[in-house]
Amino acid sequence: MREVAIVGSGMTKFGELWDMSLRDLFVEAALGAMKSAGVDSIDSIYIGNMSAGQFVGQEHLGPLMADHLGVAGVPATRVESACASGGMALRSAYLEVASGMSDLVLASGVEKMNDGADVTGVLATASDQEQEVYYGVTFPGLYALIARAHMEKYGTTEEDMSWVSVKAHRNGAKNPHAQFRRVMSLEDVMTSSMVAEPLRLLHCSPVTDGGAALLLCPLDRAHEFTDRPVKILASGAATSTLALADRADPADLDVVDLSGKRAYEMAGLTPEDIDVAEVHDCFAIAEICCYEALGFVERGKGKDAAREGITDLGGRIPVNVSGGLKSKGHPVGATGIAQAVTIIEQLRGEGGEVQVEGANIGLAQNLGGSGASSVVHIFQGV
Amino acid sequence: MPSPRYHREIPARFRLEAGKCAGCGRVSYPARKVCPACRGQEMEQVKLSPRGTVVTSTVIHVPPDDFLNEAPYAMAVVETAEGARFMTQVVDCDPSTVLPGMEVDLEFRLIRKEGKSGILCYGHKGVPGSV
Ligand SMILES: [Zn+2]
Repeated sequence: MREVAIVGSGMTKFGELWDMSLRDLFVEAALGAMKSAGVDSIDSIYIGNMSAGQFVGQEHLGPLMADHLGVAGVPATRVESACASGGMALRSAYLEVASGMSDLVLASGVEKMNDGADVTGVLATASDQEQEVYYGVTFPGLYALIARAHMEKYGTTEEDMSWVSVKAHRNGAKNPHAQFRRVMSLEDVMTSSMVAEPLRLLHCSPVTDGGAALLLCPLDRAHEFTDRPVKILASGAATSTLALADRADPADLDVVDLSGKRAYEMAGLTPEDIDVAEVHDCFAIAEICCYEALGFVERGKGKDAAREGITDLGGRIPVNVSGGLKSKGHPVGATGIAQAVTIIEQLRGEGGEVQVEGANIGLAQNLGGSGASSVVHIFQGV
Repeated sequence: MPSPRYHREIPARFRLEAGKCAGCGRVSYPARKVCPACRGQEMEQVKLSPRGTVVTSTVIHVPPDDFLNEAPYAMAVVETAEGARFMTQVVDCDPSTVLPGMEVDLEFRLIRKEGKSGILCYGHKGVPGSV
């Protein structure tokens, strides 16, 4: 396999973007990535997207997006793994460049969620229709079941989860792309309305429109396009059961554990080597599970990390300096790419107000469903 | 949900029919073709005992459209004596009392109404255990 670098990135503002369509979001992010690398042609496109078919009634995104980007003719295809679609699109692009098949490949993610669809119903299709949705469970409900199992097993509390949301908003307030650029107090979080016990509204990521894109090429060509390439050290992916009831233990996201181990092994690194990370905090409990599954803290200690500042800016391992899905927003198919965009900026020293001093190795973890699919990428500034 | 799809699920939903792996004894509910524990393909049909223990739970306050009139309601992952786990509602009690360790009986109940014509869809729900 060839070594692969990321040489360009772009993303839209995240939020309720009533003036932008699905294709507008893609085109803005893709042009941003191409412009930042100074290229006007590409060899291939991957589009991470969970559910354009249900959100806006549009399937067959490959040719649509290639056409609107003005590059009709290139191979282009959609990659779907629910909320991990973006991360899986990046993996697909990485494999295509690493294999030698193509040189310049666009890895993108896009989701248009605010166009009138029944969002709760659409998101629930990432879980088991026959065994879960049929009986009335919602997506927050599934993570609430994980949260209560985690509380039973490790003594995690509602306050522990709330500190994760407080941290997210403190970081997101500094991110110009974020949907909710405002600080939230512990009291704000703990008095917000109940969604699915024990999860409150401010433990949940919002409904978001957005797009993000990365341009990949062989490492040995990277300096044709940028002075500050970022190398992809590893890509680790895994699956677990779709239905939560079929998991060995609903308290642990075993799929994150497995995808992380694969990535660490491929990179020849350990959790201690990671300088900055973006993890999939679709709900506050997921971030706590990810701390443990990725080895940032011992199992059972995830509950203390945000409160003690371990994962804050300036902490031992800063996590979600972008504001995470909670504050930045969660356009499901775009999230995996947007996480990587944040890490790329950090490793290039372009993190602005939330730059982690001397960051050289970064990790992005993207989760699908209630923990049924996960993909982890590790990057290094070169 | 179109009726052929509903029809296929009837053995599991109405009669709690499950599959037991002849190789390792793992009980899957609903039955599967391949055992998730040992990949064995020889399955015998078994029926779950209609009671179990709550493994984890939640109370849904913001429901899907089809359950608007029922919120707040409790949902739980329940494990039966056979070791099968599945998602179900737990009803006929204060939803906040549905917590891990609670014993429930499984009763045949209306689960939801489908579509504009309101087709009645059935299955099992948990109720506080009689023991
Ligand atoms: Zn078996």
